[in-house]
Amino acid sequence: MIKVHNLNKIYKSVHALKDVNLHVKSGELFAYLGPNGAGKSTTIRILTGLTQPNSGSVSLNGFDLKNSSIKSRQQCGLVPQSINLDQELSVYENLTIHGLLFRMGKAERNEKIEELLNYVDLSHRQQSLVKELSGGMKRRLMIARALMHSPSVLFLDEPTVGLDAGMRRKIWALIKKIQQQGTTIFLTTHYIEEAEFLADRVAFLDTGTLLVVDTPSNLMTTLGTWALDRLIDDKMEPIYFNSRDDANHYIATHKESFTLRRVNLEDAFLSMTGKKVK
Amino acid sequence: MIHSLFAVYYREMLIMRRRLTRLVPSWSVSPLLYLIAFGYAMGKHVEIDGHSYMEFLIPGLIAMNSMTQSFAIASEINIARFYWHIFEEIQAAPVSDFSYVAGEVLAGITRAFLSTCVILILGLMFGVTLSCNLLFWLAILLNSFVFASLAVGLAMLVKSHGDQVLLTSFVITPMAFLGGTFFPLENFPEWGQRLVYILPITHAAQAIRSASFGNIPPISSYLVLFFTGCIFFFISVLCVKKAKD
Repeated sequence: MIKVHNLNKIYKSVHALKDVNLHVKSGELFAYLGPNGAGKSTTIRILTGLTQPNSGSVSLNGFDLKNSSIKSRQQCGLVPQSINLDQELSVYENLTIHGLLFRMGKAERNEKIEELLNYVDLSHRQQSLVKELSGGMKRRLMIARALMHSPSVLFLDEPTVGLDAGMRRKIWALIKKIQQQGTTIFLTTHYIEEAEFLADRVAFLDTGTLLVVDTPSNLMTTLGTWALDRLIDDKMEPIYFNSRDDANHYIATHKESFTLRRVNLEDAFLSMTGKKVK
Repeated sequence: MIHSLFAVYYREMLIMRRRLTRLVPSWSVSPLLYLIAFGYAMGKHVEIDGHSYMEFLIPGLIAMNSMTQSFAIASEINIARFYWHIFEEIQAAPVSDFSYVAGEVLAGITRAFLSTCVILILGLMFGVTLSCNLLFWLAILLNSFVFASLAVGLAMLVKSHGDQVLLTSFVITPMAFLGGTFFPLENFPEWGQRLVYILPITHAAQAIRSASFGNIPPISSYLVLFFTGCIFFFISVLCVKKAKD
């Protein structure tokens, strides 16, 4: 469970987070959606103790981040946006060091390494150097590493950035599997379909302000179910409909060309901020 | 605390083990050149306090080398911080700032000890045998404690790897040449001697040289190194805290 109260972060003249309040339930997969520079990574950095907020409080499973930082750090696993593995060390060594950092004994460590490498399908690369792995393998290894100490909260900061569609889907399946085992997941992304597919609830963040928190279906259905994209002055303008029949009727009565599609979270974000997530 | 300290130290040791075949030759090149150029070619007929110049030079080189090698941990930290972002992984773990600094300092000391062994072997090749007693190793330990602690603190303050190179040029290089490593401090004017005694390397060179000749080094040198190391160590702990933003 994550509780965030009136969180503020100011970098020199930039107010990166403005009075952010959040409550992520135990076992929930919570997606934090916003364009680049919205404050997603700053939030994760604060929640994992990497950055100090200017004001506000954070608690992880009841442990206050400020007063019990070591205990709250033990609660969480972090998969940062950039790959931060020791490239010159092997897969096994990277996981061993993480286990040591989290005070795991040798037997427990080795058992967990074996289990997790099977879990992320990397057991055949246990002795490979990290620099010899592909981008997707490195991402999977980072997830395995974050799970080494069995955290109750897992923070995933853009976990599929830079991966091809196939690998992205593999990682999604892995994230779902982790959630099913009871782990609370806090995910930041700017991939709409990622949030739609994975999240129980989604928060929209724009220029440091939290706009709304709701389920993906609630956020989307406020606009309708179907959307027609039409080109006006080199810009795609969507029109929303409650049913496919209504949309088809509109197409039949207008001479312009349209693209028919389902309403997505991008539409919800666009209607609130006037801009796209990507 | 011991667990996380060991984790930080173990990581550095794994990396060093992987690079050892490259590190050992790199630890040998500079001392070998100094020994050939200054010890063998120039100092062949020089005698200082009843010792050949080669015998005088090798303890100085050991002081200099233990300083540069322990300070080199700063580069490793910066590579981990700026290029591989490993520092974040350590920060996100339940590792206290004290344990982190202690682990890195211990890694710096290990580097210094290993590179000292390389110089001792080179010395043997030039026919110089030193007395490697407990006081000799204690002086190296304290010297590398001072400079590894300084290195961790400075590595936390710099904003790029380029800044680190500048610091090495301004902090380490002058000390390497002025701290009594290559020539006796008596050659300096009195005011100059007083000035160089502010530098920890001067005390290290004095203690290492004296111990390696089988004499008892002044205890003041050990005390200066110990207290300077402690001050740098605690400043480094504060710098790690500050580096969190």
